[in-house]
Amino acid sequence: MSYLTPLRNIRLSHRSAIALLSMGALCLASALVAQDVPLISGAGSFTTNTTGGNTSYQPALTPVLVAPVGQHLLFESRAYIVDSINPQPHTGYDTQFHVGVAYAQADYFLNSHVTLVGGFSLIPFGTYNERLSPIWINPLQDAPLIYGIGNPGSGSGTGGQIRGNIVSNENYSITYATYFSAGSTDFQINSSRSTGGQVELYLPKARLEIGTSYGRLLEHDKMNAIGTHVWWEPANIPLKLRSEYAHGPHSQGYWVETDYRLSQFHGENSAIGRLEPIFRIQQTFRNSPDNNDELPAQNTQRVDFGLDYHLPHEVRMNTSYARQFSSSGNVNIWETALIYRFLFPTWKGKK
Amino acid sequence: MNNLLKNITKNIPAVSLGVLLLAAGPLSSQTSDPNSAATTTNQKPAKVKAVHATQPRDGQQVFAQNCERCHNAPQGFSPSISGTVVKHMRVRANLSKEDEQALMRFFNP
Repeated sequence: MSYLTPLRNIRLSHRSAIALLSMGALCLASALVAQDVPLISGAGSFTTNTTGGNTSYQPALTPVLVAPVGQHLLFESRAYIVDSINPQPHTGYDTQFHVGVAYAQADYFLNSHVTLVGGFSLIPFGTYNERLSPIWINPLQDAPLIYGIGNPGSGSGTGGQIRGNIVSNENYSITYATYFSAGSTDFQINSSRSTGGQVELYLPKARLEIGTSYGRLLEHDKMNAIGTHVWWEPANIPLKLRSEYAHGPHSQGYWVETDYRLSQFHGENSAIGRLEPIFRIQQTFRNSPDNNDELPAQNTQRVDFGLDYHLPHEVRMNTSYARQFSSSGNVNIWETALIYRFLFPTWKGKK
Repeated sequence: MNNLLKNITKNIPAVSLGVLLLAAGPLSSQTSDPNSAATTTNQKPAKVKAVHATQPRDGQQVFAQNCERCHNAPQGFSPSISGTVVKHMRVRANLSKEDEQALMRFFNP
């Protein structure tokens, strides 16, 4: 499973084009009067994947638009533009072009502790979907094997969220996110009818985070998913330890990942300090067959060894090797990525 | 009303693409310039005295604990978008209003 999983093809109809222009102009007009300048962020990337000897190439552009309107309203969206290139014996290359939207939502800051979200949003279950799915953030290319638990379908929901911060001080903070998603079979905003949420406790002095997630699928089959995660980042060393466990109706699993930026060796801008080794181990357990949860059909173990190099000017090179073990066969997975992260204003502001 | 909502939700991807295209129109030659950025990894701005009366949060601490928990700091960005970045992080990291303000002071000391 790759970060491209949520992709959906887009066909712009005449009606869509009119709506696109009119609502785009409306949003632009609103943004023009905003105090803060809208930004465009994201990444351009070129990735390769060789799984069991089969290689594919994926040039991609992942733009993010964030446009505030006044002090309480924010529009934001992340899109994918990807071309999947698969070499075929004797016939050249098979290519598939995808344009998709990961989220397109409006956020309203009701007060210090409550933010209302409406639109097409990432489902707040676990940590990968909301935090690590952008390729310029995730140190490894692939999503964890248990990603499908609690994140049905595209991993995004069409509906609303209530989220925010219950308390935040020097000793601890508690955050929450709840959501409801209406089912949509539209290929542009594909989502399942579901509800759920998560709550997290963060201890700043220990730099320890513990969270739990719950999701309930409200389709014809009512299914529950639960998850928990523990993240720890020691204060004095650039080490990150991330772990997550999820349990679905037909499968369960966990992943543990650690990465260590070698910035303690002559600084993070030194030749060695730009290196970041990563290690991840994960296991999934199949209780009963399920074609929809996107987990492996058999019990699976996998280890990933990654080595990222942070080049100047927001360029990063990822490399990784993974070995996956299951009763259906063991496989080697080699991956590389060249990623350029960008962040700039849409126009010159007054500040 | 239902049809209107249905049409709007159906066209959300198209709308977002339109926003992207239209927003890119007035793009000036300004791009991310690490030298003129609000902050960089190596150039931490000086801490400023807080204007809040009740235990103001340290913006650098808020940044380290909430933003850097998931991603590395950008090497730099225009001060004109610091408010937008902070609002984006308020949603993504579930920051309180106080943390948002502390982060804003950190970006614009």
